[in-house]
Amino acid sequence: MTDRPAFQKVTAPVETRVAVMEKVLEKHGIANDAAIVGFDKHAAEQWVPQNGARVVARTWSDPGFRQRLLENGRAAVTELGLTMPKHHRHLVALENTDKVHNVICCSLCSCTAFTIIGLPPDWYKDLDYRARAVRESRSVLKEMGLDLPADMEIRVWDTTADTRYMVIPTRPKGTEGWTEEKLAGIVTQDSMIGVSRL
Amino acid sequence: MDGMHDLGGKQGFGPVKFVPHAPAFHADWEHRVNALYSLAVRGGVYNMDEYRHAIERMDPRHYLSASYYERTLTGLATLCVEKGLVTQEELDVLAAGHFPLSNPSAPGRSNAPERERFKPGDKVSVKPDYVSGHMRMPGYIRGKSGVVVGESPPYPFPDAHAHGVDSADEPTYDVRFRTQDLWPDASEDALVHVGVFQSYLVRAD
Repeated sequence: MTDRPAFQKVTAPVETRVAVMEKVLEKHGIANDAAIVGFDKHAAEQWVPQNGARVVARTWSDPGFRQRLLENGRAAVTELGLTMPKHHRHLVALENTDKVHNVICCSLCSCTAFTIIGLPPDWYKDLDYRARAVRESRSVLKEMGLDLPADMEIRVWDTTADTRYMVIPTRPKGTEGWTEEKLAGIVTQDSMIGVSRL
Repeated sequence: MDGMHDLGGKQGFGPVKFVPHAPAFHADWEHRVNALYSLAVRGGVYNMDEYRHAIERMDPRHYLSASYYERTLTGLATLCVEKGLVTQEELDVLAAGHFPLSNPSAPGRSNAPERERFKPGDKVSVKPDYVSGHMRMPGYIRGKSGVVVGESPPYPFPDAHAHGVDSADEPTYDVRFRTQDLWPDASEDALVHVGVFQSYLVRAD
């Protein structure tokens, strides 16, 4: 097999290739099973949409916090004990209104404020959303179940640098007097990406 | 580079395969490769710009047919070969089959020698730059004009940072474009905002 040109060789299964890279990185002291499992556990427990949901609930409840979030998102979320990676130097909160709808995407790859709104769902990283969200957002949103009124302005945010975005959904009617905890319970990741409204 | 990754505005794609509250992962190996690529960043094997560029250099046929986490794997493996941790031949032997990697890199470039400072409300144009190395300018804004709505703190300049070229950190500007200016008569009305590095922009009249 090794003397055949690369284009004739059968590609190894992806699981095998991952196992090979584990061996390579272990040999160089960069990763091992404990580090992989530890990293994955941290991601699953810490980088969750409930973080962003708490930010949204605080924004709805505390006008002072809302102002600080809009002025400097990265600093404001630390009030809730939340942090962002070093290379995410800027967090921009995008407020929806009755007349404006915001939606985020990454046409070049998969960038998101993952420590705040959670690791992005599969479809966000898939080709169709990346290609179409910037050019035909109204149809894409409608196909995804969000049929916006014709007079609502759509603002798409393509995450092409290391600035990160999150959508602040409009607060649903009938939630007056709710605690922040109860409010956070109704905020979904999809609504913070902007493919649904609450 | 004008690679296959630059998907914004490409036509012919179908409905988003969407279900509410969709998961990030589907298989155990996806969790593991996500950890591996991140641990390699932490371990100083490569930076995020090198990583993104390694994925962009995948053969276009492979790029389009690979799943998201197979692209992660291919970028990781390509950089480990390019950084001298392992060879293509060793990977093929260890995998008992072919281990496809990305195509080679072209040289990068440093910041534009003259860069302007902009403020919200300024009208700007995206330079008609074509480069063979890494850049973070989606092709759909090349040569187009828009309005600045925000400014970020300075970041490493990706066109240099992905290639080990010296450069100064520079801000990005959130620039608002109208879809009708980007794709006249063949798009739906909306405002599209793109984070554009300072080196890519000039003032428009």
